[in-house]
Amino acid sequence: MSGERLARWAFGVIGIGIPVALFGLWTIDRGVVPTLHARLSEAGGWQPSVLEAAVGVPLELRLISEDVVHSFAIGRTGMAPIDLPPGQPVRASLIFTRPGTYTYYCTRWCGADHWRMRGVIEVTGPGEPVPPPRPALYLSLGVDLDAEHPASAVPSGRPSAARGAALGASFPTGAGARDAFVTRAPAEIWGALRRHPSTQGLTDSQVWDLVASQWRSTTTPAALETGRSLYAQNCAACHGEDGRGEGVFGAEAGAHAPGDDSHDSPPADFTDPSRMLGASSALLQGKIVRGGMGTGMPYWGPILTEAETWALVDYLWTFQFEEGK
Amino acid sequence: MTRLDLARIPAVRAILTARGPQLGVQLAAMAGLILVVVAGLVGTAAGSRNLATVGVWIGWWAALMLVAVPLFGRLWCGICPLPLPGEWLQRGAMLKPRPGGYGLGRPWPRRLRGMWLQNAAFLGVAVFSLPILTDPRLTAVLLIGLVLLAVALSLVYERRAFCRYLCPIGGFVGLYSQAAPVEVRVRDPHVCATHKTKTCYVGNAEGYGCPWLVYPASLTSNLNCGLCLECLRTCPLDNVAVNLRAPGADLNLAGRSRSDELFKSLLLLGSALVYSVVLLGPAPAVRAAAIEIGSPGWWLYAAGFLLVTVALLPGTFLLAVRLGRTGARSALDRARSFAPSLVPLGIGAWAAFSLGFVMANLSYLGPVLADPLNLGWDLLGTASMAWKPIPVGPWPVALVIAGGLAWTSQKIRSSAERMAGGLKAAAPVWGFCFAYSAGLLWVFAG
Repeated sequence: MSGERLARWAFGVIGIGIPVALFGLWTIDRGVVPTLHARLSEAGGWQPSVLEAAVGVPLELRLISEDVVHSFAIGRTGMAPIDLPPGQPVRASLIFTRPGTYTYYCTRWCGADHWRMRGVIEVTGPGEPVPPPRPALYLSLGVDLDAEHPASAVPSGRPSAARGAALGASFPTGAGARDAFVTRAPAEIWGALRRHPSTQGLTDSQVWDLVASQWRSTTTPAALETGRSLYAQNCAACHGEDGRGEGVFGAEAGAHAPGDDSHDSPPADFTDPSRMLGASSALLQGKIVRGGMGTGMPYWGPILTEAETWALVDYLWTFQFEEGK
Repeated sequence: MTRLDLARIPAVRAILTARGPQLGVQLAAMAGLILVVVAGLVGTAAGSRNLATVGVWIGWWAALMLVAVPLFGRLWCGICPLPLPGEWLQRGAMLKPRPGGYGLGRPWPRRLRGMWLQNAAFLGVAVFSLPILTDPRLTAVLLIGLVLLAVALSLVYERRAFCRYLCPIGGFVGLYSQAAPVEVRVRDPHVCATHKTKTCYVGNAEGYGCPWLVYPASLTSNLNCGLCLECLRTCPLDNVAVNLRAPGADLNLAGRSRSDELFKSLLLLGSALVYSVVLLGPAPAVRAAAIEIGSPGWWLYAAGFLLVTVALLPGTFLLAVRLGRTGARSALDRARSFAPSLVPLGIGAWAAFSLGFVMANLSYLGPVLADPLNLGWDLLGTASMAWKPIPVGPWPVALVIAGGLAWTSQKIRSSAERMAGGLKAAAPVWGFCFAYSAGLLWVFAG
């Protein structure tokens, strides 16, 4: 073969063969292992946003973030999140034991619309389908989630569960049960206690301590720890780690338009007693499950289990009540 | 000045005149280019993990600016894959000349000659450079566009019109190759003068007429010599030398530069300054603005870039030259005489910028080389390598800038002496270069 012919062959192999081989390799590989791309919500979020799987058959995925650090998790399964550093493919093998619709989401505070990064996996096959979430308590109680709920009374200081417990006062029959606490706003509980003859010798602050004590007695350290973790992961971005509604994305959440920081519904300030103490745990759970219509508050119903939503609500009261002292 | 003619060493000459090794390297570069383009199109959109952005703007840039240009001048132009497809179509051959080939072979329009178009192309790419630097798709599209443009021009115009008049990198490399310790020159101009067929320019059976439209006998600087070595192959009188020489030999020339070369020098000085501010400076807001094409911030950045590179720096330089006025020559005329003096300053500025930029990002190369298409491969065992900036420290950067300034100062003095302007002519230009260097140092100091 002459040198010229050899050179032309080399040119052809490189100029045509390499691109064809690379594109072919890429196409085949993507066919074998589907790729789930993670992008900031404003750039498209998860792509594709709908995946299909069969019961008992591993769903092999290549996850790759196309911009910033994201994290992949499937709601209501207790799955440990998979971190996705930018541009670094991560392989995952998911297996489902029950048919149903699963929601996957990003657990990293990737951007102002982080919470919009959601997609679903439709799992088909034999077996009992994943049951839909139970209707939230606020529905059976007829609580209007969107109505204002100012507290009828607020304490002069921060109520303490430990001080309340130390008072040794006995609650009226049934008042110490969890249902009695979660269905009524603390201000309402305080009013009922205040009017009860057994608290006549107590100051207003001491009655508030009793309310805090009631909250603490209806939850557990494990639930509070779960709530703390869920809050840090999912809520603090907007509501702030200190609960004041001044998280890193707080200014943008619920804004009128991108870049316009003014809005009617800034993230709730959990440290504001005039607002928080007028809300029942059922109302707070409803807001978490359903989301805040017309505000930037996302809905967490498809993501969190019922136990997780309650753990989160229990934790929110730590912004009002002290456990110790 | 002493020169070592490599072409006189038979083994070296054999390698330099053989077409196989050069074409082999060029084809390898083309394979790399194709891989980069494919990666840019199908790989991740995350710039820090894509071979297109990391391979080109960190790997290739480091090799070009810190090694190839300072040591070998326009070596890259001799092996660049961008013009290869067009050149093959134009010539109808990949190796020695043979009948055939396509194209109209028109001469490049006289009005478009010089470096002005190249300067405009550089500016055009430069104002969009941050998105290009960070977006693999844009990088791939840019490279494809450059190849297509080179092919199109090869089919309409003669020789390497794209390389000579349009390539945004070509002018850059050409200007700074004047300081390189390598050159192609004729051994004895008188031999050329009496050589009637001028095969170095028109070509013969052994090779092609100079693709860069240069008559080798008139070569006095590396500015427009692409180191393709065709003249070495076509000279039947063995009168072409490939010299190792003292760095910066071209900068001692008494002749004046053209206005486009002067502008190029100042444009590149301004660009190095702006890039250092944007990419290495302490203001992330500027960086964010430079990326968002079309946003008000980007327009502001683009206007600032053009203001600094096209107006502010050239204007200040002309003012400095004017301040040192001696004799009847115009400021522009004298500024052109000072133009070669600015080359070392520019090399120092770009080397300082490249050192900071490349060393901070070099560790990105490991993952992209191990997994070039972002399919989860680990070809080199470096796919999981974490980003770890290599600390350069202030002294190497300061040394490079100071070295460029010292070298430039010496050249300014020589230029001023040749103009019989003495200290009065040199002092304001020194002041300009000193202020520029101080500004650059200030940017690096953060």
